[in-house]
Amino acid sequence: MQELITRAKELLENGTVSRVLGWKVGDMPYNPEPAFFDSADTLDNFVYNGFCGANLSKYMIEASTLEGKTLVFLKPCDTYSFNQLLHEHRVDRDKAYIIGVGCKGKLDIDMIKAQGIKGIKDIKGAEMSDACDTLTIDTIYGEKSCAYSKAMLARCHVCKGKEHKIYDELIGESKDTQDQERFAGVEYIESMTPEEKFEFFRNELSKCIRCNACRNVCPACSCRKCVFDSNKFDSAQKANVDSFEEKMFHIIRAFHVAGRCTDCGECSRVCPQGIPLHLFNRKFIKDINEFYGDFSAGETADGDRPLTSFTFEDVEPSIVSERG
Amino acid sequence: MYKIAKENLSALFRKISETMGLYLPISSAGQTNFGAWAEDADVDLTTLKTVKSAKDTFFPQSENLYTCTTEDKKITVTPEKLQEEDFVVFGMKGCDVQGIEVLDRVFLSEPVDSFYAARRNHGTIVALACNEPENSCFCNVFGIDCADPKGIADVATWDMGDFLYWNPITEKGEKLTAYLSDLFEGADDTAVDELKNSIHNIVDKLPYSDLSLEGWGGDALDEKFNSPIWEELYKPCLACGTCTFVCPTCQCYDIKDYNTGNGVQRYRCWDSCMYSDFTMMAHGNNRTSQMQRYRQRFMHKLVYYPANNDGVFSCVGCGRCVDKCPSSLNIVKVIKAFSKEAK
Amino acid sequence: MSINQNEEFRPKIVAFCCNWCSYAGADLAGSSRLAYPADVKIIRVPCSCRVNPMFILRAFEKGADGVILCGCHPGDCHYSTGNYYARRRMTLLFSMLDFIGVENGRTRVEWVSAAEGVKFSTTMNDFVAKIHKLGKNVRLGDLRCKN
Repeated sequence: MQELITRAKELLENGTVSRVLGWKVGDMPYNPEPAFFDSADTLDNFVYNGFCGANLSKYMIEASTLEGKTLVFLKPCDTYSFNQLLHEHRVDRDKAYIIGVGCKGKLDIDMIKAQGIKGIKDIKGAEMSDACDTLTIDTIYGEKSCAYSKAMLARCHVCKGKEHKIYDELIGESKDTQDQERFAGVEYIESMTPEEKFEFFRNELSKCIRCNACRNVCPACSCRKCVFDSNKFDSAQKANVDSFEEKMFHIIRAFHVAGRCTDCGECSRVCPQGIPLHLFNRKFIKDINEFYGDFSAGETADGDRPLTSFTFEDVEPSIVSERG
Repeated sequence: MYKIAKENLSALFRKISETMGLYLPISSAGQTNFGAWAEDADVDLTTLKTVKSAKDTFFPQSENLYTCTTEDKKITVTPEKLQEEDFVVFGMKGCDVQGIEVLDRVFLSEPVDSFYAARRNHGTIVALACNEPENSCFCNVFGIDCADPKGIADVATWDMGDFLYWNPITEKGEKLTAYLSDLFEGADDTAVDELKNSIHNIVDKLPYSDLSLEGWGGDALDEKFNSPIWEELYKPCLACGTCTFVCPTCQCYDIKDYNTGNGVQRYRCWDSCMYSDFTMMAHGNNRTSQMQRYRQRFMHKLVYYPANNDGVFSCVGCGRCVDKCPSSLNIVKVIKAFSKEAK
Repeated sequence: MSINQNEEFRPKIVAFCCNWCSYAGADLAGSSRLAYPADVKIIRVPCSCRVNPMFILRAFEKGADGVILCGCHPGDCHYSTGNYYARRRMTLLFSMLDFIGVENGRTRVEWVSAAEGVKFSTTMNDFVAKIHKLGKNVRLGDLRCKN
């Protein structure tokens, strides 16, 4: 982490960048927040540890409108989002100085709490310099420990890989964290009967409180005005009804990002009700792979995207009922 | 003071729901929220904090006000019925109870909100002490005792392992207790006092228990409003409404129409000051930047509300926003940032 | 509209028809006196690719029991390539509806040219019969629209 701070200070001082986009130390060990740093001395509050799960690519949309370059720290999965935004001309490559930072899997405080660890005061072992196998947690009930991998965000278990797809320089080591099949969750639902599927999604989506956190955090949801915010659209954004409207919101949102979603998993991370929203996106990714050939959004900034291109031989929509 | 064996709780719930509605924390798809009791519902009294507060039971996230239906050229307007059935909200925590008190000051002062008032008249609050307050809790800062939920609660209860201790506080609470009296046995206070002590010990050790509200309140308007700190604090805010929707005291709502195809349903639903169309008017918007919206939320909780309500803060320290904010922003960080600045 | 229990179920079908082929096909079906059920309500669109997935979901939300999209045969699009995009979109949307547990016979895409009045009529007859069998759309409707 010190290496990142030193390098950031250098780049600020020699004028390469005008500001730094990173994470600021929180008031507790597990809640660092995304932050802009304008000067070298404020960088003392910079932090990069296992709890820095937030994808900073989306903040680069705003940073691209500011004067001068922004130094941004991107984790391997964040670089996919940056590439995709670059493809859509929503961020400016010339306004970004990208330092790819290593990733050993990001932590989820809720996973720690789910193991019955309460009254947390301090957490050690989340620093990037560590081996990242055990967390030592100081609680008001005494010291507890927890395996690093058991505290990881669900998305890190199906990690796409630790290779940065776009960067100016790389700092820090990564560690492979993938230990589950990425499409296993989607396949599990596909194997259900229609009744079971409907019941599953009804239960999950009826929890939705329409807070829009999934949409607002999503790097692919970068419309200036969302269709669900439109006053003219009578299915207004704010209503929370358990009939179809919530499902419509999530289906349409997933559809709007289909072919552009990099599967960064931010939607599921931020959902206050723990709805597995990534399932929708991953279903689209799986279908796109099956129907139109393997595609990973954000792997490159150029090239065709599946929903803005076609071939003459594409499958007909009737395939959905034919395949059973 | 009465007590009831925990295994008899389902009999208690059944008895209540025979004659009235019953809302309590129910676990569904991995999350616990207040919901209507049913025989097969997965009642969860161990989860400390429901995701959404119990605010829903008195002020639902979305409720109809009236319905217009058209038949040929005739339009019929049917006002929504006010709450007529008695109901019980079981298992509200001290912070949530205080949250309802905050809402009371808004909705029960003139002009009285008839929908809310009807629910308050028919609702009986059974509060439950928090056995193990969490690291994001800071209700003690606002003078709430989570070990002994009082305020506007009608009954206070304590989870004592095998037994639930039950202490009616108000007339409504006595009435409910009398109705359920077959299920109770008498109990003395000593065991509860021990539990209270142990809860207080936990509270004292919690990281936010010594948070200071010095400098906040109705008089701090100019100084806080014009502070340059907001510019820095708001930056990571994603402008989602998570904090406002999980909050037990946020009470802003919007009124909208839904076209049903053969008429219109006018409903109101919670609004969030984090949204760009909050308080949108014909001339546009009052607050044009996210910084202003962000500031509005905390100024309302810690300055405007106390200014209009005898110094009572409109935050109850439940810590839900602390747990749920996608960017790890929250009211505690705001309070701390200002007290750091003051030093 | 209230549904009378004794009344026979009359499905509501929305057909999005491309102006250049399918809408003309429907015209031809009419002028050739080929019958298709009156339950089909046609919405004319400039091109099949004008149909946003949201149109389809909105139709269901507001009470449609089946939605069919008709466009020019691939290769014949008035705007050269519109229907190719529509084909991809609808494939993914239908797959998603299947994923959330909606009976997959409720949606359909059919390519109908201006000369295919017969195809238009048989397609609609067939689709209506299928929706008849599936019954009322309960999973995608908004409860508020039912009164």
